[in-house]
Amino acid sequence: MAHAHPRTPGQEAGNAAVRERAVQHASRRAGPEPAPRRTRAWRLLTPWLFLLAPLALLITFTYAPIANMVAYSFTDWDGVSPELHYTGAENYAEIFTREDLFQVFWVSGYYLAASVIQIVAALYFATILSFSVRFRNFFKGVLFFPSLVNGVAIGFVFLYFFQDGGTLDTVLGLFGHHTDHAWLGTPVSANVSLAGVSVWRYLGMNFVLFLGAIQSVPAELYEAAELDGAARWHQFRHIILPGIRPVLTLTVILSVSGSLSAFEIPYIMTGGATGTETFVIQTVKLAFQFNKTGLASAAAVVLLLIILLVTWVQRRLVPDDRVDLV
Amino acid sequence: MNRRTAQLLATVAGAALLLPGCTGTGGSSEGADAKAPDDPAKVSGTITVLTVRTDLVQDGTMKKYAAEFNKTYPKVKVEFQALTNYEAEIKIRMNTDDYGDVLLIPAVIKKDDYPKFFASLGTRAERSRKYRFTDFTTVGGKVYGQSPVGVMPGFVYNKRVWKEAGVTAWPATPAEFLAGLKAIKAKTDAIPYYTNFAAQWPLTSWTYVDGSVHCDPKATTRLAEGDPWAKGADLRVGDTLLYDIVEQGLAEKDPTTSNWEQSKPRTAKGEIATQWLGTWAIIQFQDAARKAGVNPDDIGFMPFPAKTDGAFCATVGPDYHQAVNVHSPHKEAARAWIDWFTDKSGYDKDNLAISPLKSAPMPEVLKPYEEAGVRLVELDDSAGAKVKSIDDRSEVGIYKPDYRQDLVDLARGARKGSLDDFLGGLGEKWTEARKNVGR
Repeated sequence: MAHAHPRTPGQEAGNAAVRERAVQHASRRAGPEPAPRRTRAWRLLTPWLFLLAPLALLITFTYAPIANMVAYSFTDWDGVSPELHYTGAENYAEIFTREDLFQVFWVSGYYLAASVIQIVAALYFATILSFSVRFRNFFKGVLFFPSLVNGVAIGFVFLYFFQDGGTLDTVLGLFGHHTDHAWLGTPVSANVSLAGVSVWRYLGMNFVLFLGAIQSVPAELYEAAELDGAARWHQFRHIILPGIRPVLTLTVILSVSGSLSAFEIPYIMTGGATGTETFVIQTVKLAFQFNKTGLASAAAVVLLLIILLVTWVQRRLVPDDRVDLV
Repeated sequence: MNRRTAQLLATVAGAALLLPGCTGTGGSSEGADAKAPDDPAKVSGTITVLTVRTDLVQDGTMKKYAAEFNKTYPKVKVEFQALTNYEAEIKIRMNTDDYGDVLLIPAVIKKDDYPKFFASLGTRAERSRKYRFTDFTTVGGKVYGQSPVGVMPGFVYNKRVWKEAGVTAWPATPAEFLAGLKAIKAKTDAIPYYTNFAAQWPLTSWTYVDGSVHCDPKATTRLAEGDPWAKGADLRVGDTLLYDIVEQGLAEKDPTTSNWEQSKPRTAKGEIATQWLGTWAIIQFQDAARKAGVNPDDIGFMPFPAKTDGAFCATVGPDYHQAVNVHSPHKEAARAWIDWFTDKSGYDKDNLAISPLKSAPMPEVLKPYEEAGVRLVELDDSAGAKVKSIDDRSEVGIYKPDYRQDLVDLARGARKGSLDDFLGGLGEKWTEARKNVGR
């Protein structure tokens, strides 16, 4: 998995300590002289000692499970039986020869379309709220709030929301629009509703990312632009947009991979019924309903590869340039 | 990457690849027996009992059973763990040795593997004299589990609503049943039939139609040997009825947002007329009636609308089987709990269920069944394991909700296609997988 591991604070502190000790040695003994063997060994070892904890966690919870999953993907394991047989690439062959397993990717289209709306809306709100607006902080809170709610709770709340005669119908009724629509009733309507919920849920996250990026653009630039007579649209077009390009690229990549692996909301709300099954739901069902853990692991590996591929293509199309505004 | 890091990575990757080899349980205790204790006063130890009855653990009913149990077995301490998502959680726990002392046999465990996971409770010959359902858990002549209750599938219905619609006798054919539902739709405000589509699992009860239609104790074996959706086959009859109910607009308007918990009081109050569930549901619906302040006696139970030789048939099957963990250090105490819970706890009566004891009388709620002369069929489960593996391999899922959800979608027009093609497709997948399950 593309797991960008940030430099840990421990590592930096370790290097600093080593450097300081080196300086002390130098000042006491006047003149560089090779340190004794044991000290040298310690010096080599120290950074690794600091890395021990994060590396152990990373390996235990990220790489070991992935290696395990890859190993299972070559077996016919059912998830619990003590017996498992090595079946070679049979699972992969099955995945690529059964077209019904790939049909579910059409559902991702709904989530892709939704993420376009989501990014545009988040960008719009982030831009507006980065200028001085009345009740600015209040609106920031309102927009960010859904990201704080547990995904399972959101699923259940929206089940009531979309119910026949539920919240949505009531609200529409207030505006004189009396529908008799089963929102989760047909594949198109159900997928649109679910994608809508996912926009509601993840908008806040994108919004905060954009807001942070916009606020890191130096304020003088806006002043200078205003003196030059740039309107808000020009400021957005020529300052904000290029200024936040790396974050924008990152968000697009996250949205695409998120759309391909949508799971939580459709799984809780419909369980994949009525044509809302996504690739991950299908994988979970293979593993836990039909006890084909081997095949499901292979499907997970395939999804991982697809996401890596999409990310790679995206990076090739939009290279991550340095931002250079001034 | 220098050589050392490469070596380190190789070691890590190698270790990770070896891990799957460690899954599963050691074979050391395989084939152990959980013998019934001779002297109740001498058995001791703390046992953990896993259950799906979250409600009974929360309201203290299970504690009361344990207190009663302690009157006979004073030195055994019983602790309960209720798992809400039993099948998924237990499957992961069973990759270790720590899965309680008494547990319910999950569907995922292959029957042949029972001796690796559970301690035997005795031979089939000896147990089947006293208990029902022993062949469901028999491997190599030994029995590995015992269900504390028997359940029977059937329609839970509101007697008052059906009477208001002018239907007093149980429908004897699917057509009569549909006519009854139509009368309910025309003459009352009730929803004739409620699918509980969103809760998913209630749809799986439709598989238990199998055996009731033709009064065939070998119905399970026929699933393993033929096409379950062939013309006139039990599952085809059941699925066609479900399709017709939905297609003719006799089910709830928006199944996708149906609500199981709400459906109980609504049925009790007469807002919903009928649901296909099982005897286990009766007590829950009666409780819901009491809570809603309506008459619990309105809740009725009727068999599948089909007669063989002039009689209705109903299958009696086990619920989850209780078993002893083969790794349990207190097998005697665990065995004592299973025996006591099955024979003496009164759990079956408290649930208005059928007793697993062959000698026990039928519960009171099934009086109408006795009066109507309903024939009770105990299904032969010798092909049960094969049916399960065909089911998994074909990904049809007769014990899973998916295909019935698709069936309901098909019936209400949210999915394209015809019923014949749909059932034919299932049959094709099933027979294809059946050929490959030789074992």
